[in-house]
Amino acid sequence: MTISIDPQKTNNESLQPKGWLRYFSFSLDHKVIGIQYLVCGFLFYLIGGTLASAIRIELASPMSDFMPRDVYNQVLTLHGTIMIFLWIVPVVNGAFGNYLIPFYVGARDMAFPRLNAVAFWLIPPSGLMLVASYFVEGAAQAGWTAYPPLSITTPQSGQIIWILSVLLLGGSSIFGGINFIATIIKLRRPGLKLMQLPMYCWAMLGTSLLVVLSTPVLAGTLILLSFDIIANTGFFNPVLGGNVVVYQHLFWFYSHPAVYIMVLPAFGLVSEILPVHARKPLFGYTTMVFSIMGIVVLGLVVWAHHMFTSGTPPWMRLFFTIATAFIAVPTGIKFFNWVATLWGGKISINSAMLFSCGFIINFVFGGITGVALAQVPFDIHVHDTYFVVAHFHYIVYGGTVFIIFSSIYHWFPKVTGKMLNEKLGILHFIITFIGFNLCFAPQHWLGLNGMPRRVAEYDPQFQFVNQISSLGALLMAISTIPFLINVLLSVRNGKDSGDNPWNALTPEWLTSSPPPVENWEGEPPLVEEPYGYGKEISERK
Amino acid sequence: MTTLDSSKEIQKNNSEVNETHEDFRMFGLITFLIADGMTFAGFFAAYLTYKAVNPLPDGAIYELELPIPTLNTILLLVSSATFHKAGKALLKDKNSESQKWLFFTAFLGIIFLICQLFEYFHLPFGLTDNLFASTFYALTGFHGLHVTLGTLMILIIAWQSRIKGGRLTSQNIFPLEAVELYWHFVDGIWVILFIILYLL
Repeated sequence: MTISIDPQKTNNESLQPKGWLRYFSFSLDHKVIGIQYLVCGFLFYLIGGTLASAIRIELASPMSDFMPRDVYNQVLTLHGTIMIFLWIVPVVNGAFGNYLIPFYVGARDMAFPRLNAVAFWLIPPSGLMLVASYFVEGAAQAGWTAYPPLSITTPQSGQIIWILSVLLLGGSSIFGGINFIATIIKLRRPGLKLMQLPMYCWAMLGTSLLVVLSTPVLAGTLILLSFDIIANTGFFNPVLGGNVVVYQHLFWFYSHPAVYIMVLPAFGLVSEILPVHARKPLFGYTTMVFSIMGIVVLGLVVWAHHMFTSGTPPWMRLFFTIATAFIAVPTGIKFFNWVATLWGGKISINSAMLFSCGFIINFVFGGITGVALAQVPFDIHVHDTYFVVAHFHYIVYGGTVFIIFSSIYHWFPKVTGKMLNEKLGILHFIITFIGFNLCFAPQHWLGLNGMPRRVAEYDPQFQFVNQISSLGALLMAISTIPFLINVLLSVRNGKDSGDNPWNALTPEWLTSSPPPVENWEGEPPLVEEPYGYGKEISERK
Repeated sequence: MTTLDSSKEIQKNNSEVNETHEDFRMFGLITFLIADGMTFAGFFAAYLTYKAVNPLPDGAIYELELPIPTLNTILLLVSSATFHKAGKALLKDKNSESQKWLFFTAFLGIIFLICQLFEYFHLPFGLTDNLFASTFYALTGFHGLHVTLGTLMILIIAWQSRIKGGRLTSQNIFPLEAVELYWHFVDGIWVILFIILYLL
């Protein structure tokens, strides 16, 4: 059965506001929705970053003098929740996915445009609700993991708002995931085979599978937790016969895959950016596809490595250690593929390339500490210390956020038709890279020496190293200034980029920049070799 | 910010409006049901873990009577069959027959809900009495919510399959098929729930 493209939609499209007002409307255009995700996510990034700065100011001295201890708990909870659920997940999935996937599969929009718009518009209200909870009776204090019994015993209103907000964001994420799966599987242009898709499509397919399989479990868990808080049931309350470890299992069944939900799309994006700026085909396309799918499968069976200190039985420790160590294999394959893509390439040193290389360096470091953390004896030693904080930020900031910036430098000309200023971009990279490593590398040492995380006060012997870390955080805060100036100036006065400033071969560059409303003037092109660099045009299929 | 705007006007190209593609709404629905099924899977896993590792305190009441849930299982299985009948009738453009079957299915759904409420009111334990009681109400309640939504959707499509001014025909059968798949899904979940909660 076939259905014709809804003519109603085309009419609605022409009725919608023009210019910048489009970005405040219930637009069905995947490109508008992508930018909505990106800008909305970036605003929350600024909020989350401000909170992170507050944390680092507090930790510059051993006593809790900058803010009271309960406020510190709220700040770190909001920081974690905002950065994960309102910045990384929506931007790296929603923003780039919505903008790029329809181009990559040769479609004019996503499979379910209305669902897509609904998924986006769930985000601003739930984000604002979360931030506003701070001003009601104080925000949640139990960290982004909301472990009971802590989350049951801390003040209720903030925790309940936190749960509602995360439920809405999870719903948004599931709707997005359904849309991506349907778009990639079903909406491909005739003649385009799965194994010809750009790598980001595979990454998003894997990510969306994880979203669809694991996010609902988190939703169910949070519903049970809210029953514990409101209705006085005892699912996770040991006093009433409940079991806190069940919460941890269910929570990490989502939240470990969530790490891959945050980082797999970044793997896809870097696989798009490196070949363009190194002028070489992506090395090992097939192995890349299989490693992504391998990570998806393994990512679902490693969650208990977060719980080695929760009284897990020995067989469980053994199983989850081995399964986690196995993830290093597909990840390592991908890493070597990127290095091999760069090897012998005609590399242009620009902001996009620098951020991608920064990603590779940081990610390898974070990956190695990850393998270390998977080993039970080591994990028990550093569990809940700053070593974990450092590892996590190396993956999520040094990995994903670096790629988000790299992607903004790479696709800004596509979206606006203007180039970003390279000098400011390189300055942005240098400050970010130094600031990031200065902030988080010393935290490995802090963790190994036993400084616990999520506590406002610490032993004075750690003060000097903490001040180095805070200095790094200051640099990271400063690094957003050149970026913001760059974007705000270039959007108006940037150099015209032309349609394809990087001479890229992936499909999104084969239309005008910025693209027309339905992506292509005529038929979508059939791109069989998205990475066919270094070949004569006649040699390409 | 005007530069962010796409410079081209909308191309009112007729060939684009006539483009067709495969209907993948059912594909999207199946993906959604997999996600929904995972929520139940999480609940079931929690329940089974509790059963295995959290012994109830002495004197906790957790006996369940079988007659009502068995009747409920039969009701839902029969309703799946009657829904199927409704779809077959609509395919043959017999709208009034289809509508009759749909109303019958919705009726069975409502009876199910009434039986469920009857069971709730006659159980010897309440939501917060013990861990088993909480899990029991959470699982059956979440499923009951699904049945409620399903019954409402059946009533809506029954109204839409009316002969005068109705939207559903053998050409436009997707809404009925979607609700039918959802209903079978809810029935399947009930069978698993019945086995795990009442029989195990």
